[in-house]
Amino acid sequence: MPETKNLSYAESVNAALRRALAERPETLLFGEDVGAPGGVFGVTKGLRKEFGERVFDTPISESAILGGAVGAAVFGRRPIAEIMWADFSLVAFDQLVNQAANVRYVSRGALSAPLTVRTQQGNAPGACAQHSQSLEALFAHVPGLRVCLPATHQDAYDLLLSAIWCDDPVIVIENRTLYHAGKQEVRLGGEVRPVGGAAVRRPGRDVTVLTWGALQHRVLEAADRLAADGIDAEVIDARWVRPLDLDAVLASVRRTGRLVVAHEAHTVGGVGGEVLAAVAEAGVPLRCPPVRVGTPDTRIPAAPGLAAAVIPSAEVIAEAITKSVRAQGPSSKLVHPTGFDLVPWCAGMS
Amino acid sequence: MPETAALLAHLESMWRIRSFEEEVTRLRAAGDIVGSVHLCNGQEAIYTGACAALDLTRDAVFPTYRGHGWTLACGAPPHTLFAELLGRATGINGGRGGSAYLTAPGHGMYGENSIVGAGAPIAAGAALAATFDGSGRVALAAFGDGAMNQGAVHEAMNFAAVRSLPVIFLVENNHYSELTPIADMVRVDRLFKRASAYGFPGARIDGNDPEAVRQAVAEAARRARSGAGPVLLEAMTQRIVGHYIGDAQHYRPAGDLDAALAAEPIGRLTRELLALGATQAELDELTARVDREIADASARALADPLADPSTVLEHLYA
Ligand SMILES: Cc1ncc(C[n+]2csc(CCOP(=O)(O)OP(=O)(O)O)c2C)c(N)n1
Ligand SMILES: [Mg+2]
Repeated sequence: MPETKNLSYAESVNAALRRALAERPETLLFGEDVGAPGGVFGVTKGLRKEFGERVFDTPISESAILGGAVGAAVFGRRPIAEIMWADFSLVAFDQLVNQAANVRYVSRGALSAPLTVRTQQGNAPGACAQHSQSLEALFAHVPGLRVCLPATHQDAYDLLLSAIWCDDPVIVIENRTLYHAGKQEVRLGGEVRPVGGAAVRRPGRDVTVLTWGALQHRVLEAADRLAADGIDAEVIDARWVRPLDLDAVLASVRRTGRLVVAHEAHTVGGVGGEVLAAVAEAGVPLRCPPVRVGTPDTRIPAAPGLAAAVIPSAEVIAEAITKSVRAQGPSSKLVHPTGFDLVPWCAGMS
Repeated sequence: MPETAALLAHLESMWRIRSFEEEVTRLRAAGDIVGSVHLCNGQEAIYTGACAALDLTRDAVFPTYRGHGWTLACGAPPHTLFAELLGRATGINGGRGGSAYLTAPGHGMYGENSIVGAGAPIAAGAALAATFDGSGRVALAAFGDGAMNQGAVHEAMNFAAVRSLPVIFLVENNHYSELTPIADMVRVDRLFKRASAYGFPGARIDGNDPEAVRQAVAEAARRARSGAGPVLLEAMTQRIVGHYIGDAQHYRPAGDLDAALAAEPIGRLTRELLALGATQAELDELTARVDREIADASARALADPLADPSTVLEHLYA
């Protein structure tokens, strides 16, 4: 029975897990500190008590966690494994890239690995370089995996259920700064939707700003501020970076003629580059070269003042949006994206 | 029976670490330090004893995120550590490392690690280099009980064994891995026993006795330097604080923390010294002197300028 509850982001995840464990007896939930302690962020609280042996603590053995999820998934379970920080998935990346992603393809569909990896990523004040990375591009690069970054309480619930219901490996990337940052009304018990699909968070006419993950809250802050200056930005939350909802992006860019992509991950090699390439390939006419906003080439320093200098702030995002919109001269024509450097009024933009 | 002077030196080292951590607790509560901080209160005897046994002009220590104590025992100045935790330009890594990932190579401390178990293969590599460079270096990898279940640690141990590398694997067994008891995560909780499967010696030692740790590490280092290969030492200890600042420790059964407090190394060594004839006044003078040193270092670090954001992109590549 659908109902609405006032929940934190962490409680929304917990509600999705509870529903999955209740409705799908083949689900398992495991990871470090996930069972008896209820998770280092309290996300899995109460689930061990309610569902017993299907919810359990593991040793600090990410290869066993992820490989165990692959094997159990092939044999009919539907594991939901937690990797406490996305950074820690790297010690067991093999199990996702060489193992999980290949199961269905190589067996020509005879086998599948319906597993969900819940993790969280990103910088928070004081976090060290090994606890601060945004790694979605690594996962999204791998055909066979699906990747989402729920950034609202509702999506924390909805996307996780879509992931669990999906018959392929899905990586759900949460963000620890969201877990306990206030409550919102969340609709529970609705239909579980298939994976994919972007969401317009703020409709606008002047520029399309595509974003995902917790950074979108800064993007929305920037967009709200710019509204006062007469810039009407459309903010789209990609939600899924694999599969990317390109149709939604293209439809918006066709209207606005401008594209800014903002993510916390490093700009170079990031999913933002993929979006720009896809828009260019689609031949959508742009009024101005598209812009990527992300973290520059650097490791992430622990000192909050240093990290703040590299992780995109609302100011940096607002500046990029403004430049993109203001770059249009009064007599400017729509330009084809392959002709960027032929557009004089865009010279000097960076 | 070690001389009183040596025990007093151990006490001073342990007190410096404790006093540092207590000041860190204050700075964190005041909001001067932000983010996750893992204190080592209760485990000071391990760092003190091990570093007393090593030659830090050539040996290399690889601790974990719970590494303030190691760094101090290696001889890094408290001021540069406070400054690091406070994000100051004068920090030992200019604020880039922070509490959980700082490095003090000038003091034989080659980096905390916030990836559980990751230091073990790197220590094996430092030992591998020693087999080619004639330095006589011994590498010491320190990690927790929980890290024994990490694949990298297993690989490092077997690698070190087959190449007879001069590395000491030192487990700080404080009985917990974050919020989970190690006893629930292994069938054999005598972790040192794994050494025999790799083909090198393992021993369980009293990790709350700095002199016992010193002797065990000295013997392991002598052995490693002679070319006989690695050793696994399991130092039994307990943290008397949470896994991180803010951990309410609900997972600890009743009486567990009290027992840990009764056994913690500083009180224990103090009682031993008094029994050996040291006076309370003498010990009070020592701890007060160290407390002044720590308070002064903290105050100086607080007054230092913040790390300069304009330098943040430097040193990514050669
Ligand atoms: C590869 C990896 N997995 C998980 C973590 C999260 N984590 C940080 S500390 C810790 C517990 C480690 O326990 P132990 O090895 O006993 O060391 P202790 O903290 O007790 O000193 C865990 C699971 C991590 N940092 N790295
Ligand atoms: Mg431990």
